[in-house]
Amino acid sequence: MKTDNSHDLWRGIAVFAQTQNGDLHDVSLELLGKALELARVINHPVYALVIGYNVGRSAEKLVSYGADKVYVYDEPCFEHYTPEPYAAAFSDFINEVRPSSILVGTTSLGRSLAPRVAARFKTGLTADCTLLDIKENTDLMQIRPAYGGNIMAQIITPRHRPQMCTVRQKVFKYPKPARDPKGEIITKSLPAQALHSRVEVLDVLERPRDVDIMHERVLIAVGKGIKSEKDISLIRDLCTLLDAQICCTRPLVEQGWFDAKRQVGVSGRTVAPELILTLGVSGSVQFTTGMRGSACIVAVNSDPAAPIFDIAHYGLCCDLYEIVPLLIDSLKPHGAV
Amino acid sequence: MDILVCIKQVPGTSRVEIDPETGTLKRDGVRAKLNPYDLNAIEMALALRDRVGGTVRCVTMGPPQAAQAVMDAVYMGVDSGVVISDRAFAGADVYATSYTLAQGIGRLGAFDVIFCGKQTTDGDTGQVGPEVAELLDIPHVANVTRIDEIAAGYCDVCANQDDSEARLRVKMPCLLGVDSDANTPRQPDAGRKENLAQDDVVSKIALNDLADTDESHYGLGASPTQVERIFAPEKNTAREMFEGNAEQMAEALYRVLAENGFVSGEETRKTDQ
Repeated sequence: MKTDNSHDLWRGIAVFAQTQNGDLHDVSLELLGKALELARVINHPVYALVIGYNVGRSAEKLVSYGADKVYVYDEPCFEHYTPEPYAAAFSDFINEVRPSSILVGTTSLGRSLAPRVAARFKTGLTADCTLLDIKENTDLMQIRPAYGGNIMAQIITPRHRPQMCTVRQKVFKYPKPARDPKGEIITKSLPAQALHSRVEVLDVLERPRDVDIMHERVLIAVGKGIKSEKDISLIRDLCTLLDAQICCTRPLVEQGWFDAKRQVGVSGRTVAPELILTLGVSGSVQFTTGMRGSACIVAVNSDPAAPIFDIAHYGLCCDLYEIVPLLIDSLKPHGAV
Repeated sequence: MDILVCIKQVPGTSRVEIDPETGTLKRDGVRAKLNPYDLNAIEMALALRDRVGGTVRCVTMGPPQAAQAVMDAVYMGVDSGVVISDRAFAGADVYATSYTLAQGIGRLGAFDVIFCGKQTTDGDTGQVGPEVAELLDIPHVANVTRIDEIAAGYCDVCANQDDSEARLRVKMPCLLGVDSDANTPRQPDAGRKENLAQDDVVSKIALNDLADTDESHYGLGASPTQVERIFAPEKNTAREMFEGNAEQMAEALYRVLAENGFVSGEETRKTDQ
């Protein structure tokens, strides 16, 4: 498949709208909201692509939130994700619609599907963007933390269309429904041979939802300032008193102190709680990228130059081993009253 | 069974320097290590070989010194490895990297299973595995936690998805991305370290060894994405730094938490007073 690089032939901002059991995944609407913003700048239409089974209500919801055209591939074989049939539908959509940019959620499905499609169209794919903007010439400015270090990179895909990127849940705000939705739903189908898959789903076990730090109201994040594993119990006491869940930086997962599901950051989860209290976290971009959307950030670190203070709303430059016991003391009487 | 593992050498530290002209990573003079996520891929490959027999080879793309990453894999038990290296490959993005790897793997022969780690610690994208699978026209599964059954022409695997776990039957040849909590990687073998020399187990592939020798298809120039600029993340200038000793700071923090409704029972106490 040859990509046509004449940019004028590629119009529109498209969103891959992931569904779960027929319902829209939250990240899909967050991306739609951003797509509407970007499309306004260059006066392009906004498209949504839905691949799934019994996804009619998802398509309608995308229209009600302002999508101009929603392309639906609704087949029993799309009930569970397999890469090849999904990539076939995605490719069919690109060939027909020729969108200039495509936004995909960084879910486990999106991480698997988007690269397959991008490689098929020999185009760029920027992972985990934290900011998106667009130029008059339709170049998508894709901004993401780079190299796990303290630096952001602005990435463009100047010679190729479509421009593709992935964005995590909770990076963009959930939009409001459109005031005057006028979009249409277009149902598509594919020939049976295009749906052939070399991956067959034997069964899918829904996992009991354990605590997901992404959905918590209050988080306490710990970093390398924690000197030994046994000290974590002190932090857990504070968590109980603040009705918070504990989360951590990458080194603590690598040390085996925490499960990877508790890790905040580029290689962990993105969180945006109402309050995050960071204890002994230096604040590398790797970490802060995953939590800078939090409503209230309180940082405790003994190093006054720690970059965590650059994004904190409240900063305490002192030893967490001094502060935490004092805070626990002041919180404790309430339980006893 | 012919097994391949894709590995990468990454900076040993997160304090890396960026080339201001190309926006790419300066690799010279930076201490390097084998990407930690690749250890899980190597482990799963070796465990599979232990079960069904065959060979495990590894492949990496990078500067000549990436041979050290291959040696680290060999010390763990990988039979041999290949470094795909050429000046023409420098500055490659996800697509150009995947294209080069696919070309190199094509040159190495046929494999039943290709393993990849979940992602690298420098690029952090996790996208190269699925792109390589697409370019080789083989199926792929990401976040694999174990291989249940191996039969003629297919394998059954377990894979993590966001809120579920799937059991999948995958036709071979295939590419499997290995989850980071899939296993505990084995330690390097002291005997292998002592007895194996780099020249005996590491070979090199350059541009001229590939099926596509057109230099313009590789490296920075063939990368669809370009780093336009790099910059420091913005700072929050409106922050409040608490002053005083630890007691005073803890007290101030308590007040902020209480005023913002994060202290349960605080309202009750206020009315009591």
